[in-house]
Amino acid sequence: MQYRGTACILQLFINSLNKRREIVRNRIQKSQDQKSVRDLKIGESGEISSLNDPEMALKLLEMGCIPGAEVKLNSKAPFGDPVTIIVNDYTLSLRLDEAETILLK
Amino acid sequence: MAVTIEAEAPEAKKVPVHQPVARIALIGNPNSGKTSLFNQLTGLNQKVGNFPGVTVDKKTGISHLTPQLKAQIIDLPGSYSLYPKSLDERVIIDLLYDPVLKNRPDLVIVTADASNLKRNLLLFTQLADLRIPAVLALNMMDVAETEGVKIDVEALQRDLGVPVIPMNARKGIGIAALKILVSQQLSATEVAFFEVPANLRPMVDQIKERFSLNNDYLALHYAHQYKHLRFLSEEDKVWVAQLLEAQGFKSTTEQANETIARYVRINEVLLDAVRVEKAKEEEKFSNKLDQILTHRVYGYLIFMGLLFLVFQAVFAWASYPMDLIDEGIAALNSLIQANFNGPLINLLTEGVIAGLGGVLIFIPQIAILFAFIAILEETGYMARVTFMMDKIMRKFGLNGKSVVPLISGVACAVPAVMSARTIENWKDRMITIFVTPLMSCSARIPVYTVLIALVVPEVYYLGFMNLQGIVLMGLYLLGFLSAILSALLLKVLLKARERSYFIMEFPVYRMPRWKNVGLTIFEKSRTFVLEAGKIIVAVSIILWVLASYGPGDSFERAEERAVAEAEVKGLGEEQTNNLISSYQLESSYAGKFGHAIEPAIRPLGYDWKIGIALLTSFAAREVFVGTISTIYSIGEEENVTTIKDKLMSEKDADGNPFFTPARAFSLLIFYAFAMQCISTLAIVRRETKSWMWPLAQLVYMTGLAYVSAFAVFQLMS
Repeated sequence: MQYRGTACILQLFINSLNKRREIVRNRIQKSQDQKSVRDLKIGESGEISSLNDPEMALKLLEMGCIPGAEVKLNSKAPFGDPVTIIVNDYTLSLRLDEAETILLK
Repeated sequence: MAVTIEAEAPEAKKVPVHQPVARIALIGNPNSGKTSLFNQLTGLNQKVGNFPGVTVDKKTGISHLTPQLKAQIIDLPGSYSLYPKSLDERVIIDLLYDPVLKNRPDLVIVTADASNLKRNLLLFTQLADLRIPAVLALNMMDVAETEGVKIDVEALQRDLGVPVIPMNARKGIGIAALKILVSQQLSATEVAFFEVPANLRPMVDQIKERFSLNNDYLALHYAHQYKHLRFLSEEDKVWVAQLLEAQGFKSTTEQANETIARYVRINEVLLDAVRVEKAKEEEKFSNKLDQILTHRVYGYLIFMGLLFLVFQAVFAWASYPMDLIDEGIAALNSLIQANFNGPLINLLTEGVIAGLGGVLIFIPQIAILFAFIAILEETGYMARVTFMMDKIMRKFGLNGKSVVPLISGVACAVPAVMSARTIENWKDRMITIFVTPLMSCSARIPVYTVLIALVVPEVYYLGFMNLQGIVLMGLYLLGFLSAILSALLLKVLLKARERSYFIMEFPVYRMPRWKNVGLTIFEKSRTFVLEAGKIIVAVSIILWVLASYGPGDSFERAEERAVAEAEVKGLGEEQTNNLISSYQLESSYAGKFGHAIEPAIRPLGYDWKIGIALLTSFAAREVFVGTISTIYSIGEEENVTTIKDKLMSEKDADGNPFFTPARAFSLLIFYAFAMQCISTLAIVRRETKSWMWPLAQLVYMTGLAYVSAFAVFQLMS
């Protein structure tokens, strides 16, 4: 019974990893279309053109990520995710999949 | 729309009629110094209650605006706009849009970070369009000044149409001016910041008519947020939904357009009122510090060092005041027992006072842990911890902020569960609270020590690795692994109530405000004593009664039996007394319980004696050792070696040693997993505001303990 439980948890974990891989694959495809904050190097800046996740956009807009504003990738966490960006002179931290929704010109 | 400050009905009895009480709400962005301002205005006159229906603390306090005039200050959760993104933020619209006018605040004080006005003004312009009388508290003027931000207060006042008070809430500058200002009757601004677009007019007009509203923007918010407005009936909601459908209203698009339009308007205002003089400095001090504190090597090392310090403090430093409390309670009890006698006195001393002691004993740990947490939060370091740990923790359904509760759980789950407050996301927070008690806390140590000493030989490997130490470490590791695997399981099982955002402001490093730290410690300790304390005392009393009384004259007969046996064996007075206690415990209700559950725990290798210990140690794990001492008539002996020798000589029915490695390891595993702590259950109940969570925890952890102990015993014997 114990063994079955462990196996079940392991399977769930493997499934979640597979799902991750799928997301990564999609992401590679998407990134060929348009540049986002995700693609910036540390210290590099860009101008926000649009936000492509409507729900996330509302949060980002409130935090000052308005189209036309300059955004700079400030730093990355030790494992590359999350990152910090500088918009309007203050620093925001966000996850990579959130940064990805901020498209640049 | 002028607002007259009226007395509230329930308050009116306490204060004379000519001293009306105004209701003032504090609202502002996170990190805009709202808490400091609240503390400055109210001091210790604070009260933490609940917002109706949600698990959000409602902090209110009384402020003396003038010697004659008091005001009730309500501290609202920090928010970036009136469109709530989390459950916490929803209490803001519940309060501000309340259809019963007298429930709404008479005035709002909007706190804004002067060094970062643009984003801070977004919320202000929304409040202004609702025509709520407001004052703008321009906080952190000192920071703005050092950053070269020059604000023309006169111009800002004119452009916004409300009084603007430059201040520094940390140092208390501007508080007096603010108090004088809000004690006057204030009206709402006449300036409009956002006009409802023409294509939405028909919809807005219909909403205004149906709900008899006189504000366009409020009506627009009904359209955006009708699903979450608590005061709307189901019928109303259906009506709004149909209207929106008919009008083709797209909430997300309209909200985005509105926010962009507001920023355009704010930029106009700021162009007029704010000048940034200093050229952009090369690099901010905070950024430089971050390069070390979030470095891939030093960052983690420094964090580990800090954790070690916190852990040491909660573990070691707290033991001094805890011993004092322990001794104080014992001294009080013996003082009472020396002077009075009778069953009621026993109930008072061994039941009530001992139970109270069990509550007070946690205060040093809670106070120390929250002192550290408050300092880490205040300085801005906590945001960095979250930042560094997020990716790892996310894999297990946790969150960067789960690190502190999990690590603190090694000392004590009670303050650890309380510290999960900082996690905004509901699902992440529930998972953290659920798995934290699986971390091996300090109360398990006495149990571990006795049992390990019993069956694990004191062997050294390589000269320094003690086998007993390795087993102890293994148990801690087991606790940690079970915690993160359970988190993973819950991640799949639990449905998210809201979308999880990580987007947050990365605050600049600051010196902690000691007043805020002090108030946090005070507040957390008080909450624990008042909220969890009553449950702990009640259960302690019940357990005491169960262990001290038996059916009929069973206690007298137990004593006679013990005395007779002692005479046969020729035991001394002390040993006879120990034997009496042992027999009396056996014939108590707790003893009956032990016998009753024996069939259920026999597969784990336990007998009725351990059954009694399982019941009594439900109050707190460390009680296990005390009960085992009593039941094996060892007496009030704290010495591990004595207990060990006594237990070693315990024989089963066939004359073989009772405590075999299989039995001992089965017990060790049981105590590693089982939820044997009413204090934790009580605090989980308080933090989740429901009995469902603590009960689920009890069932899950005890189930896990039972199954694992069963497996261990069966495999080893």
